[in-house]
Amino acid sequence: MHIIVCIKQVPNTTNVRIDPATNTLIRAGVESVINPFDMYAMEEGVRLKERLTGKVTVITMGPPQAESALREAISMGCDDAILVSDRKFAGSDTWATSYTLAQAIRKIGAFDCVICGKQASDGDTAQVGPGISTHLDIPQVTYVKKIEEISKEKARVERMTEEGFDIIETPLPCLFTVVKEINTPRLASLKGKMRAKSCEVVKWTADDIGCDPKNIGLDGSPTRVVKIFTPPPRKGGEIIKGNDAGETAEKLAEALKSFVI
Amino acid sequence: MDYLLTEQQVMIRDLARQIAREKVKPVAAKYDESEEFAWEIVKILADSDIFGIYIPEAYGGLGGGVMELALATEELSRACGAIALSFAATALGTYPIILFGDEGQKKKFLPDIAKGKRLASFCITEAEAGSDAGSIKTTAKAEGGHYILNGTKQWITNAGEAEVYTVIAMTDKSKGARGASAFIVEKGTRGLEFGKKEKKLGIRASATREVIFTDCRIPKENILAKEGMGFIVAMRTFDNSRPGVAAQAVGIAQGALDLAVGYAKSRKQFGQSISSFQGIQFMLADMATEIEAARALVYATARMVDSGAKDIAKASAMSKLYASDVAMKVAVDAVQIFGGYGYMRDYPIEKFMRDAKITQIYEGTNQIQRNIIASNLIKESLK
Repeated sequence: MHIIVCIKQVPNTTNVRIDPATNTLIRAGVESVINPFDMYAMEEGVRLKERLTGKVTVITMGPPQAESALREAISMGCDDAILVSDRKFAGSDTWATSYTLAQAIRKIGAFDCVICGKQASDGDTAQVGPGISTHLDIPQVTYVKKIEEISKEKARVERMTEEGFDIIETPLPCLFTVVKEINTPRLASLKGKMRAKSCEVVKWTADDIGCDPKNIGLDGSPTRVVKIFTPPPRKGGEIIKGNDAGETAEKLAEALKSFVI
Repeated sequence: MDYLLTEQQVMIRDLARQIAREKVKPVAAKYDESEEFAWEIVKILADSDIFGIYIPEAYGGLGGGVMELALATEELSRACGAIALSFAATALGTYPIILFGDEGQKKKFLPDIAKGKRLASFCITEAEAGSDAGSIKTTAKAEGGHYILNGTKQWITNAGEAEVYTVIAMTDKSKGARGASAFIVEKGTRGLEFGKKEKKLGIRASATREVIFTDCRIPKENILAKEGMGFIVAMRTFDNSRPGVAAQAVGIAQGALDLAVGYAKSRKQFGQSISSFQGIQFMLADMATEIEAARALVYATARMVDSGAKDIAKASAMSKLYASDVAMKVAVDAVQIFGGYGYMRDYPIEKFMRDAKITQIYEGTNQIQRNIIASNLIKESLK
């Protein structure tokens, strides 16, 4: 089984600061880590490989320093690593990013499934995973919390919902985005760390993966960020009190009426 | 202090530290209380390749030596001396095979131990043969293609949990110490049984049991080296493993100091942190200095052993003696800094004091270490 795992390098904090002048994340001085949700995706990929034999290819799109995230992925049991990096990708939104990753996955060739974390901890959009599946024209199951059964042809998975979970059967190849309930990521092994140091990370540019220039980077991104701001903290509610329950109810009813248009 | 570790040693230390902090520390109190064997941690250590660090690469290990063993043991002991022992005692049980095993024995046993699939255990102590290892009563009688073992080993670390036992038994009682031999016995062999689990003062998550041999028949090829080499196997094994015990002691001491510093900063009396009092500061300064001195001695010894130096008994004994005495003193002082809270089992520090004590006793009491040091001193003076 050939499993492709998409990861993203993110700033190591869930409380990122935003530069008010440029409306972008302030990355200076913040350590970079693998997006926490992607750790579950990698672990699930490595577990599938161990269960069914095969290999895990890990892929990321990002600046040259994202190579360290790929090496960490190798130390945790992934087999091959691909860095998709090009200045032309700068400014990509989720559409352009998922197009670019889908192009890279096409170049990798035959695969059985793609696994992504449910979202990245910096942007929190949860759009890139589904975007990749759409560009590749393969089915997707999001918020997977368990892969019950999987073979070359199909998989049965549990998809987490707010009330419980759905059981979904899907043909393969398919894309899954996973939630943290799916597993506990392992620590790196020493042999993995040594392999991570010496292994080759394949580097692909926009031209290598045959990207249409219209579809990548800022030009290929339909999203326009108008303004990014920290929402003001929510104000406290109003407590309605009367002398007795009847009076309280009356006041409450009056207050509610004012909301009815 | 910078000990100029190699890149691989830094990797081992950092990974062991991460496992200790993220996986061992949160469960240390639980296992101390339940006295269960921490298989969940053994699994993590196995998956991380930690069990293979001191085993030659040809047998599936990472090809490190006593220094690597010491680094990992120290870091794990910082979180829990008992859980660290499941790893360190496996090394003690494995060294006889590394040092004296023939090719067949190494191929058969080392790869599984390196993977952490099987734990090992070393069996020498008996009820009446502790420091006086010469009075071992367990016998091994050659019969056809086999040896038949009879006798009872006492206080054996990892017993019952381990699958590979290296055992010292007498093949010829009339020859005294020269009549001892070393054997490999696998769990599951008929005639190999385990006594009840001992209840201990400290290192309670470590399994300590009797190992009982009753007409236990093992194949002849399971002898290590040859008949009569038992004590040499044991002594050379201890020379290699004592820095490991010493590292365990350094780790326990460091773990106790870490807690003491943290507590001293947060505990307020007379309107200020007790860490602002010179009485506490001097205690902490002495503890830290002694730990660093012990660590330097342990690392120097470990490197000396790894260099292939021949006369390592004295240095090995010194490192074990000094580091374990430091561990005990530091742990007692750490409890003192915690005051009344330190005496309470709800706080983690008293466990360090209980765990530290064993390092002064096992793998040769510190009095035996002093004997070894003194006899070597005198021998050297005669040269």
